[in-house]
Amino acid sequence: MDLEALRLSLGLATLTTAALLLLGLPLAHWIATSRSRLRVLVEAVVALPIVLPPTVLGFYLLLGFGPRAPLGRAWEALAGSRFPFSFGGLLFASVLYSLPFAVQPFAAALAGVDPRLVEASKVLGASGLRTFLRVTLPLAWHGLLAGAVLAFAHTLGEFGVVLMVGGNVAGRTRTLSISLFDQVEGLDYAAAHQTAALLLVLSFAVLTLVYALQRRPFARWPRP
Amino acid sequence: MAPSLSFDVERTFRGGATIRAQAELPLDDGPVTVLFGPSGSGKSTALRALAGLDPDARGTISLAGEPWLDSSRAFSVPPQRRRVGFLFQDYALFPHLTVAGNVGYGLFGLGREARARRVAEVAGRLRIGDLLERRPAELSGGQRQRVALARALAPAPRLLLLDEPLSALDAPTREELRAELRRALEGSGVPAVVVTHDRVEALALGDRIAVMIEGRIRQVGPVREVFAGPSDLAVARVVGTENVLPVRLAGRGDGLVTVRAGEVELVAVDPGGLEAEAFACIRAEEVVLEEAAGAASSARNRLPGTVTARSDEGPLVRVRLDCGVPLVALVTRPSAEAMGLLPGRRVTALVKAPAVRLVAR
Repeated sequence: MDLEALRLSLGLATLTTAALLLLGLPLAHWIATSRSRLRVLVEAVVALPIVLPPTVLGFYLLLGFGPRAPLGRAWEALAGSRFPFSFGGLLFASVLYSLPFAVQPFAAALAGVDPRLVEASKVLGASGLRTFLRVTLPLAWHGLLAGAVLAFAHTLGEFGVVLMVGGNVAGRTRTLSISLFDQVEGLDYAAAHQTAALLLVLSFAVLTLVYALQRRPFARWPRP
Repeated sequence: MAPSLSFDVERTFRGGATIRAQAELPLDDGPVTVLFGPSGSGKSTALRALAGLDPDARGTISLAGEPWLDSSRAFSVPPQRRRVGFLFQDYALFPHLTVAGNVGYGLFGLGREARARRVAEVAGRLRIGDLLERRPAELSGGQRQRVALARALAPAPRLLLLDEPLSALDAPTREELRAELRRALEGSGVPAVVVTHDRVEALALGDRIAVMIEGRIRQVGPVREVFAGPSDLAVARVVGTENVLPVRLAGRGDGLVTVRAGEVELVAVDPGGLEAEAFACIRAEEVVLEEAAGAASSARNRLPGTVTARSDEGPLVRVRLDCGVPLVALVTRPSAEAMGLLPGRRVTALVKAPAVRLVAR
């Protein structure tokens, strides 16, 4: 068992999930409530990683953040290291790649909150933030948690993007899925079995949790 | 300056339908104004604009001289700072909070103790004091309405806005709660605007009525005056009941009640729940006219009187009478001609007891 890869995978998934909560929540809130015409466009962009082969995303990231591209130079100035084959670059790519898996459940959960409850809160004097914390969040947290867990699991299992952007640097970018690939390539089937079984069990546990969370305890009250 | 709510708001919907509600409502000579009109006439749209909940509403709104909206200057007070209480049609209680949490929601400026005291006070007034630990899902429709009203009243709003407050209830509960809601609104000391499409509700709840038809407010006035004297045919059609007489209960028995309007006595079927005061509503087409010295008939109410005015409306004639109380009858033109119904003519108005609809106040 490649413990270093396990640690790296868990760390990457945790940080990716945290970043998605931070960035994805406001984005999902905008998607759920905006009446702008741009919404359709933004939704399509967010959903792209679902249909694109991960290699396409990885390829464009490598091009865009290459050492000679302006974005790549900016990255190097900010992060202190080059984008390709670094953990930072891998994290950035993972956030993009798992974006739909977090933002879509987030948006669905937020959109499921009765807009009249939000209006009721505002008429009663509550600010937008207070309304979000006191009304939206308590009513949508199952969906938000489900999105976070899904993003975590999806990051744990990514392969193509990691290989393209991160390569296979032990301790820095070699995640569990890459490690499994190495083990199979090296005909070390016993280790491969362990890694594969671990990923299978982890994913199954996570999905069970997601579906359990989606059974909302606050049923809509029946109409009188 | 007498406190008043004045507004002139316009809202254009995708597809071109436009609502333009304009009125000046005095707030000191009677607490409840009913915004009345058929479904789709724009009442709820106007109410949402007053609360600041519709960002697409254009125009001006001011309460007691304080501007809330002036879209020509891109000025709008957000709903948080208008200090209105809003009662949503299906109450929109927070399902994850207890009754106490709901009622106290708008009191976050207060300390814990002060808030609990205010919640207990308002809850006591609306008789929900024993429900404070329950969740909305565990309440009946009537209890939900009272909780929603308590939640709206707790932060001491300057204006209450109620959107069809009784429509989410089943019919028997609605009958029961109408008079109770009126008392609660009276007792709250907060001026209220109530949207309804129900004539009986308008009569039972309102001091003043603003009739809204096809996106425009067509007539504003004391409820009884508007019902008795619609300004035009469209309003008359919408308010429907031409004869609205304030009456006092004089006696009851055998499932019938006798009520007195001035010197005139009327017999009606006992609707139950009637105490001292009520409105007797009689549709003009239910008033039958006959020669002054007519023969006996099955109608319980025989009111001798004089024709004071008549107006022709196509095949029908609207006849105004003075029978000790003003009364309007709608008859066909041939019968009006045959009886010579002109001002001064003496006739007897007949109204069957079931045609006299009593609405408690």
